[in-house]
Amino acid sequence: MNTLTDTTNIPRRAPWGWLALGLAAWVLAYASLIPLADALVAGLGLSPQTHLGEALQFFFYDTPKVLLLLTLIVFVMGVVHTFVAPERTRALLSGKRLGVGNVMAATLGIVTPFCSCSAVPLFIGFLSAGVPLGVTFSFLISAPMVNEVALALLFGMFGWQVAELYLGLGLAVAIVSGLVIGKLGMEHYLEDWVREIQAGSAAPASPADYAAEAPSWAERIDAGVDHIKEIVGKVWPYLIVGIALGAAIHGYVPQDFMASIMGKNAPWWSVPVAVAIGVPMYTNAAGVIPIVQALLGKGAALGTVLAFMMSVIALSAPEMIILRKVLKPRLIAVFAGVVAVGILIVGYVFNAVL
Amino acid sequence: MKTIKVLGTGCANCRNTLKLIESAARAKGVEVVLEKIEDLKLIMSYGVMSTPGVVIDGKVVHAGGVPARAKVESWL
Repeated sequence: MNTLTDTTNIPRRAPWGWLALGLAAWVLAYASLIPLADALVAGLGLSPQTHLGEALQFFFYDTPKVLLLLTLIVFVMGVVHTFVAPERTRALLSGKRLGVGNVMAATLGIVTPFCSCSAVPLFIGFLSAGVPLGVTFSFLISAPMVNEVALALLFGMFGWQVAELYLGLGLAVAIVSGLVIGKLGMEHYLEDWVREIQAGSAAPASPADYAAEAPSWAERIDAGVDHIKEIVGKVWPYLIVGIALGAAIHGYVPQDFMASIMGKNAPWWSVPVAVAIGVPMYTNAAGVIPIVQALLGKGAALGTVLAFMMSVIALSAPEMIILRKVLKPRLIAVFAGVVAVGILIVGYVFNAVL
Repeated sequence: MKTIKVLGTGCANCRNTLKLIESAARAKGVEVVLEKIEDLKLIMSYGVMSTPGVVIDGKVVHAGGVPARAKVESWL
């Protein structure tokens, strides 16, 4: 392995120089957001006082701003990922008890690279290395829900308080749901072939078989850039459509329109309905958050809106189908039920407190 | 001749990895036997947790994400 890497390790000239240059360009772009949006709207001959002008102003300002924030955070996470391979997370979680293990798993879920197509191998890999089922679930709930795209967007559109709140509540839902599933002792609702692996009768190759060499800093920075290409490249169309819809709502839907349906004084069922609507919706944070922001501006309550968002991201039908390969229907139902209840509580608590 | 297996359940990254290895091998004129492994049990038997993974002659050389082209060339 080592001899191989020596030949592949083509050091890029001055990675730090490029990084500094990129950062400087980023700061410059970020500083010129407002003048740019104003100039674009004025250039179209529109007054910001009109509906169309207001909608466009919102669109021209928010789109580049959110994209810039997203790019920066995704880059940082790409670099962080090079420090936390799934194998490492697994080693950290192996043999941990419920409780401590759940807290660690949910936290590591934020920084460990995760893609929903790897969910199943990861799930089995964790179980086979002696990570308890409840702890594995904490990881599996936290990793997609508390992701950098959601956090970057929340930060960009609502400020750091809401991003922090989402982070804390997302972690809480993941920790508690995993604890509950662990306490229920649902191991026999794993598919049989998974149980065989877990029991060790079909033990996979030991994880030590493949040990990735520690990357250099140039490679870590490259990984960050690749991560930008991958994530921002995938997410930007959703983001633009989302912001465009949000801009339309912003400019055209009357103020307080949402207050009666999703507001603080809306009937009790508005939170469960928001969660239920979120389940079949399969979009990512990038598509849903801009709409959420516009709804909030029209009088929707933050708790209801957060519950809707968590439901869209954490309880998606396609993920359930992927998990069906390893879980029997009953365990899937418990998983969905426990997470849904957690999200509902988040929604109600928020509406009551704020 | 090398036997290269790409482990993955069929996500975009797995297909990209396969294409990348194919084109790198063709560019270098190296003959390889490429195989795509989609069966979960088989993937797990290599101890790979994050797909796509790459196995050359029975040995896991890469896991988690599309490998860099330079890396692929070094394997060939």
